[in-house]
Amino acid sequence: MSDTAEAQVEIRHAVGLHARPSVKFTKLAKTFAARVEMALAPGGPWIDAKSIVKVMATKAPKGTVLHLRASGDGARAAIDALVALVQRNFDEGVEGETDVRPA
Amino acid sequence: MGSSIRLTGTAASPGYAEGPVFRLTSHAAAYRPRATPDEEIEGLTEAIGTASAHLADLIDGTSGEAADMLEFQLAMLSDDSLASPAFVAIRAGAAADRAWSDALDAEIAGYESSDDAYFRARSADLKDIRQQVLDALTAAHGPAAPSGAILFGEDIAPTRFLATDWSKGGGIALTMGSSASHVAMLARARGVPMVVGLTSAVTAPAGVALLDAEHGGVVLEPAADEMEAFRRAAEAYRARRRVAEDAVARPASSANGIRVRTMVNIAHPSDVERIDIATCDGVGLMRTEFLFGTTLPDEETQYRAYRAVLDWAAGRPVTIRTADAGGDKPVPGLTVEEGNPFLGLRGIRLSLARPDIFRLQIRALLRAATHGDLKVMFPMIAVPEEYTQACALFAEEAAALDAAGVAHRMPPLGIMVEVPSVAIAPELFADAAFLSIGSNDLTQYVMAAARDNTAVAALNRVTNPAVLRLIEAVATFGRDNRIPVSLCGDAGGDPAAIPALLQAGLRDLSVAPAQLALAKAAISGVTV
Repeated sequence: MSDTAEAQVEIRHAVGLHARPSVKFTKLAKTFAARVEMALAPGGPWIDAKSIVKVMATKAPKGTVLHLRASGDGARAAIDALVALVQRNFDEGVEGETDVRPA
Repeated sequence: MGSSIRLTGTAASPGYAEGPVFRLTSHAAAYRPRATPDEEIEGLTEAIGTASAHLADLIDGTSGEAADMLEFQLAMLSDDSLASPAFVAIRAGAAADRAWSDALDAEIAGYESSDDAYFRARSADLKDIRQQVLDALTAAHGPAAPSGAILFGEDIAPTRFLATDWSKGGGIALTMGSSASHVAMLARARGVPMVVGLTSAVTAPAGVALLDAEHGGVVLEPAADEMEAFRRAAEAYRARRRVAEDAVARPASSANGIRVRTMVNIAHPSDVERIDIATCDGVGLMRTEFLFGTTLPDEETQYRAYRAVLDWAAGRPVTIRTADAGGDKPVPGLTVEEGNPFLGLRGIRLSLARPDIFRLQIRALLRAATHGDLKVMFPMIAVPEEYTQACALFAEEAAALDAAGVAHRMPPLGIMVEVPSVAIAPELFADAAFLSIGSNDLTQYVMAAARDNTAVAALNRVTNPAVLRLIEAVATFGRDNRIPVSLCGDAGGDPAAIPALLQAGLRDLSVAPAQLALAKAAISGVTV
């Protein structure tokens, strides 16, 4: 019997799940043998969390609640690590695009 | 020898360059399909591998934003799902180049249709990736540009820019392109002159080109006298740059030795990464609207943003303006729809109307104040009661933090002078810890000419005597009452306006970081 795990986490990074965060997120997911999937709603559609092409295509903005699920070897560890990365703001501190506006 | 050809465009990265024209061609080389789908798949797989290896090489010599972009491209290219629709199409009989282009075009269309400007901009990365693989498929790399060449074409991919040797000079002349593109940012960072949007029907430019990326133009096949005039202009430009660069490292003072404090305006905490704190006297205006993008920021997010800038400032003063939402900057869930938003519920009016949101910002500011020389100012103050109410909210939140045992400090609380009522009767605001003139809004309200309407742009002048008289009155009031007065609008960084601002009595200017060098140079030419 294989492991399964799931979790939800809110993206607080100012620019959402953009290029640099997506690179970190998918690289981390790939370090686990488990199948890891991500969705923007509890009912899916579920996409491969190891695919940056698919993760970027969700265009998840700040405030999005990511639904994560994993199955197979190390499923729990994979989910915990990914949730922690999102909660640490992808180790970037505050970052983002801005509308530049004069005084 | 025919006469020269002059093309005009828009300067995207300033400077001058002279050199041989090198034409940037887009995959002109024809792809020769292989015999079977299996061989086509093999060919595309190899091309992706070649492009990936090329990207990995580029990453080695790169850092910062450019490295992030390359890492992203490499990650996309390494993901099998990018090419899988192409492989499906090849098995159904398509040629590898067409299959790859179609697969990438579909991805690109997805990014281009996004509502989010950030995602739309990523389409340029996808186009770059598409081209790199096509080049590998058709072995269309062609000759590398000779060093010091003027690269001439429709547009240039970021990876092409990064793969070019700029150590011997050279520049970029594009018929399309944009000054907001990734390449333009890279060019500015590396000091490579670049002109975009050239009006050109020239299909085969050759010979020597003179690139004027100060005014935005290029001369092909120049005559001797044009060459001479160009070299004089280029030398004069370099001389001005040297003066400005020398000046930027030193504190600014006027020709007769009066010290003028020059600070920077920042819109986002990451702006400071590109600024050497030693070149400025602190931050005269940190906007906080960036935090109020699509969602309202929580206290912790704000605290971290403010603290990041205070840490960078290393003890120099940082003036943070409380949220100036409204006007031309609607925020979902905060601002209200109005017929005349510039005269409506914006700035401090909105903050006082939504104390629940304002209090979060106040708490974040009180906590951040323990990390440096923080000052806080309120935008759009029109009557003294607004200042009194805002100060009362600060006092209440400070008391609450005190009771909860949370470290905090009450920063000096000042006001923006941008509503004419304040500039006309500054004595009503003698309680304010400092006054900061927002010249953009002050000018538009005094002249009744919107700053974002080109039809009335000629009226929107800070050097109009009426505007200058108000600025002088505020500066005089401040000096007589020992209340610090500064200016943080665009005028502070405008060399044409600086003499009048100093004559009006200002000694504190806060300017856009890109204007710092020129502003200091302008200050050093004024006798007050």
